[in-house]
Amino acid sequence: MTSPLFALEIRGLVKRFERPAVDGLDLRVRAGEFYALVGPNGAGKTTTLRMVAGLLAPDAGDISVAGIDALKQPIAAKQLMAWISDEPMIYDKLTPLEYLEFVAGLWGIDAKLADSRARALLGWLDLQAHAQERCEGFSKGMRQKVALAGALVHEPTVIILDEPLTGLDAGSARQVKNVLRERVRAGGTVVMTTHILEVAERMADRIGIIARGRLIAEGTLEELRRRAGQHEASLEDTFLALVAEEAA
Amino acid sequence: MIAPATYAWFAGHELRLAMRDALAMLTAGRRARLGAVVTGIALFVLFMHGLAWLAVRQFSGAGTDPDKATLVIVSGIGLLAFSLMVSQAMESVTRAFYARSDLDLILSSPVKARRVFAVRIAILALTVTLMGLLLVGPFVNVLTIAAGPHWLAGYGVILSLGAVATALAVALTVALFRLIGPRRTRFVAQVVAAVVGAAFVIGIQVAAILSYGTLSRLAFLASDTFIDSAPTIESPVYWPARAILGDLSALLPVAAAGAALLALTIAAFSARFGEHAIAAAGAAQGAPSRARSARTFRAGSAAAVLRRKEWMLLRRDPWLMSQTLMQILYLLPPALMLWRSFGDGADALLILVPVLVMAGGQLAGGLAWLAISGEDAPELVATAPVSRRAVIRAKIEAVLSALALVFAPLLLALALVAPMQAATAAAFLIVAAIAATSIQLWFRVQAKRSNFRRRHTASRIATFAEAFSSIGWAGTAALAASGQWQAAVSAALTLGVLGVARVISPHRVARA
Repeated sequence: MTSPLFALEIRGLVKRFERPAVDGLDLRVRAGEFYALVGPNGAGKTTTLRMVAGLLAPDAGDISVAGIDALKQPIAAKQLMAWISDEPMIYDKLTPLEYLEFVAGLWGIDAKLADSRARALLGWLDLQAHAQERCEGFSKGMRQKVALAGALVHEPTVIILDEPLTGLDAGSARQVKNVLRERVRAGGTVVMTTHILEVAERMADRIGIIARGRLIAEGTLEELRRRAGQHEASLEDTFLALVAEEAA
Repeated sequence: MIAPATYAWFAGHELRLAMRDALAMLTAGRRARLGAVVTGIALFVLFMHGLAWLAVRQFSGAGTDPDKATLVIVSGIGLLAFSLMVSQAMESVTRAFYARSDLDLILSSPVKARRVFAVRIAILALTVTLMGLLLVGPFVNVLTIAAGPHWLAGYGVILSLGAVATALAVALTVALFRLIGPRRTRFVAQVVAAVVGAAFVIGIQVAAILSYGTLSRLAFLASDTFIDSAPTIESPVYWPARAILGDLSALLPVAAAGAALLALTIAAFSARFGEHAIAAAGAAQGAPSRARSARTFRAGSAAAVLRRKEWMLLRRDPWLMSQTLMQILYLLPPALMLWRSFGDGADALLILVPVLVMAGGQLAGGLAWLAISGEDAPELVATAPVSRRAVIRAKIEAVLSALALVFAPLLLALALVAPMQAATAAAFLIVAAIAATSIQLWFRVQAKRSNFRRRHTASRIATFAEAFSSIGWAGTAALAASGQWQAAVSAALTLGVLGVARVISPHRVARA
């Protein structure tokens, strides 16, 4: 029985391409938690999150989002989620406001409410001056911020982000981090993959380390350090020690 | 070993890239398809030779002293080939300015950009000529076999036409850059290229309709009125035609003019090419387009916002719109014929039924690709709480309503003169549009909208199925409009093509 205590619950998730990419993964993220998923390249982080977002069908396993079976009731689960990838896909020929209007329409948000939320988000992300410009000339950072505004305009319960800070300048990265932190403070849940371990160390309530498609360690930074026997060590040292232990 | 950064070295590099690009376009990046592609090309060449044998054997008797009528017809056909070559060359020149994959590397390297662009223009001339050779070569070969080696002069004329077409295309594009600036040149040059390619065909058709009330181009070119009003037989205008017919004294000045014009173009413009490429790159990041006013969000269902988005994206991308709606250019002659034949009775307008159905099928295929495969934010749409079936349905509605907007005025005008034919055209236009859209659904492959021109490389089967379907429904409509029972056979054959396409397609049904 799925407990609504968990914003995201994954059991026995399997996905094989030429070899197993995700291999019987179990993962639980509590509601209102900031969860960072880290791991070496090809560990299965992105594949896992793509299955959660409904972009990839698993070969086996269960996924539930806030108690809703995401495989049996995908529409209901998607209503609660937002997905952002490292390569923000937005429409070049739309303005940020038009993009947000489109996203709000897809999620069935009341137009008036969406309008006010969109303007507030653009202000928050320093995009107000560009609200009427088409996105075609935007930098990567600006595009990522537009995509983030799109993810937030329908106030999702769970935000899933795949390497959201890749390629962003320091200012944009800070804005994105602030927005995510604010979201968690307001009761939302954030699940994020990142290769920037410092970000995971500073922002995440809990960190999951994934290798060869399985969760090899999970916990707060302190718990992970203890597990690796590396007191006072950075997450990077802890991470490398745990991955090496798994490989051995 | 060729020394780096020399003309020969750059030529080798450009040739290798051109070869690989052509190969990638033909095989869609799958090397396993190479054998099939080679077989396909061989069959095409054989087919063209067969076609040439049937079409031009009769001209083999035309010697180096042809009459004016022959010269006029040969010049007309040559002009048609030339306009297509200019069109293709303009497309390639525009791509050379705006395809920035290696321009940053070249322009930031310590080599003289002039050399690179000189070679690039020459290679461009070569590719344009090769395309001409592929289409015209079989006719030259057949005539050479049937009537003697003097017909080989045709190859010299194609080479010369390729050089002149490239020179003209480069000069036209550079002139556009200077006149309207880099931001608008891409769009305008693409439209001009398409118009140039179609202008001669459409122009002759328009003249034929106005003079004789027929869509036949050849009837107009061969008419006494046209031949009488053409320049006298001694005019240099006929030199290319004389050269094609094997007159070496005409071939020499034609070939020399082509070579000189290309050399002059390279000398005059290769140094400026780099500047224009930089300007084009700057234009892409230039002043942003602004929406006219800040308005509040509009209410609507998910399907409504999807439809609105499709229309908005199409409306805002003039280049894409020009590529998609280019078929409409070919509707001008039928529209003119409709206008001219108003009151003449229904029989004269029978020819319009297949033209409308064919254009509708083709336009629906292009629009359906944009809406279904050319989705720039596929993950956003896929993660939205909307079923896949609903998304696809909304996109098909967007396609069909855009199609209705284009064809409704013509069908309404036709209905006033010939209601039965209008009804037949409308019915088969809908069938052709649904068939083309279904093929796009069955063979959908996620791609960027900017790859619209290369969409055919994703699936050759889809391309052929779409073409056969449009032709099949157009033929069926023509037969049905003239009340012939063979319409049923044609419909069954076309349905068979669709059935085969469906069976071998990767997506048989749109799953929810």
